[in-house]
Amino acid sequence: MTDIILETKGLTKHYGGVHALNDADFVLRKGEHVAIMGDNGAGKSTFVRQITGVEQRTSGEVIFDGKPVHFSGPIDAREAGIETVFQTLALADHLDVPDNLFLGREKTKFDWLGPFRFLDYKAMRKDTMGALEKTGVKIPNIRNTIERMSGGQRQCVAIARTASFASKLTIMDEPTAALGVQETAQVENIIRSLKEQGEPLILISHNMRQVMDLVDRIIVFRRGRIVANLRKEETDGQDVVAYITGAKTGAEYAGAA
Amino acid sequence: MADTSHGTGGLPFDEKKRSIPGEVNIFFALILIVVIFEVLGQVLPYMDNQSFLFDTRDRFDSIFNEARLRIIILQVSIIGIIALGVTQVIISGGIDLSSGPLVGATAMIVMSFAQTEFVNGNPNPKAVFGEWAFDLPVLIPVLVGLAFGAFIGAINGSLIAYTRIPPFIATLGMFLICRGIAQAWTRGKPVSFPTEGYAALGKGMMPVFWFIGLAFLLHVIMRYTIHGKHTYAIGSNEDAARMSGINVQRHKVRVYMIASMLAAFAAVILSSKNLTAQSGMGIFYELYAIAMAVIGGVSLTGGRGSIIGTVLGAMVFGVIQSGFTYVKLDAFFQLMAMGAIIISAVVLDKYRQERAAARS
Repeated sequence: MTDIILETKGLTKHYGGVHALNDADFVLRKGEHVAIMGDNGAGKSTFVRQITGVEQRTSGEVIFDGKPVHFSGPIDAREAGIETVFQTLALADHLDVPDNLFLGREKTKFDWLGPFRFLDYKAMRKDTMGALEKTGVKIPNIRNTIERMSGGQRQCVAIARTASFASKLTIMDEPTAALGVQETAQVENIIRSLKEQGEPLILISHNMRQVMDLVDRIIVFRRGRIVANLRKEETDGQDVVAYITGAKTGAEYAGAA
Repeated sequence: MADTSHGTGGLPFDEKKRSIPGEVNIFFALILIVVIFEVLGQVLPYMDNQSFLFDTRDRFDSIFNEARLRIIILQVSIIGIIALGVTQVIISGGIDLSSGPLVGATAMIVMSFAQTEFVNGNPNPKAVFGEWAFDLPVLIPVLVGLAFGAFIGAINGSLIAYTRIPPFIATLGMFLICRGIAQAWTRGKPVSFPTEGYAALGKGMMPVFWFIGLAFLLHVIMRYTIHGKHTYAIGSNEDAARMSGINVQRHKVRVYMIASMLAAFAAVILSSKNLTAQSGMGIFYELYAIAMAVIGGVSLTGGRGSIIGTVLGAMVFGVIQSGFTYVKLDAFFQLMAMGAIIISAVVLDKYRQERAAARS
């Protein structure tokens, strides 16, 4: 029980008459990296949105870190320890790397000044360097603004931001969808370093090679239902594709879709 | 080690690619404009060998034409105070059109609390209130003014933050409301004869000191405090700011409150300097304040700009105005030229940004 970080029971989301997500039972253990795959509209993003509180679920339970939770928004979820890298990067283009890393949780001095308390730039720069080195992100000058960086560097900053805070769970929604080969490799390196540090991860991806490379377990969604739960060692690309397209359905999910 | 190097991963960092701060460009533009007027003074046939910048007739102790410099900085100081507040509004991605009429309304209200009982031994002919409002300590009118500014700013900010109407519309409405308040206050009659204490606030070069002091304060706030950082963040990417846990709505209210309080304080200084308040005070001030910020490199799309830039923008504004008078350009041509300069400042800035983006 104690090694389960996230569990959902019968998680369901309906948009009017559309059953976007049906009865999803899911378990994530501490230190485990799980990929979520499935066709467009299969319910992957819907599933993640229910967990992170971006949307409110129709029914079902989410148990995070041993407690049933009901997040009213993504900020709630973040405070509880769930960090999400969104498809649309939540970065402020005109600010530099430390500013973005610490946005909304800046280190400050003279706290009695309330909204006019001073920023501790030096401490934030130092921690930024530490966080970037820890995750292996390469950025020539952290004091450059985000708008002057490549897509890969931006994505790395966004991921380093989630990884640099003591989070209990990281969720990435297609983190390499818009990146080149080298940039993708860099993002994958960060994910590997998360694995080494024992931080659990949910990765949404369409990239079969990447998934096979990085994760321990693959969950396949089809038409709003979980149709397979595969250990990486016991499956291969063709097998997974069969589940995604509906040619096969997992034994324990028979009759589900 | 961490603090001395620029980045991670041992990637080379090309110092030459480092961008020049926009403020440096504006500073050079300022110098260039001064030089242009200096040259025009020598070249134009009707100018009689005057100098724009230097003391050619031995009227002052220094080599500079102190009278002209003093007028330039005095002229821009009061609108400059408004521009400081407008700068943070524009950086947050908004706009404030209500500051000019707010100056008029605040001046009327504040002056009513700053009147003396006797003018040259006679009862004050412009008295607004009864006996109780005469010869109040100077702090009272100032606090009334700031409170009124904070109130108007809170309405502006709340409308924009909570009903999500565009800042342009919210502050345009407030523009008319404030002009109405200014006229309704005394049915259009001017309010005059302030106490000595009140008159001292804007006497002589005092507006300049207020401007410099407030500019320094706002610079520190925008550059080094959490309020400043969040203002930039909201102007840069409001969704990201919200996702990061910043209370965007409350922050916007605070931004507009600070802007309106600065405009109200400008009204105090202006009415003190002029020793009178009229409902028509501050006409065009909102546009001049926005122009100063824009000339100073504050981006109307939000997220970019600085107080130093706005101060330099205000100086450019003052130098151009003074220069046009110096070369004896008629007032209506001055307005046209000013408009052209504002447009070119924005076009130049846009061009520069696009080039910078293409280079990286």
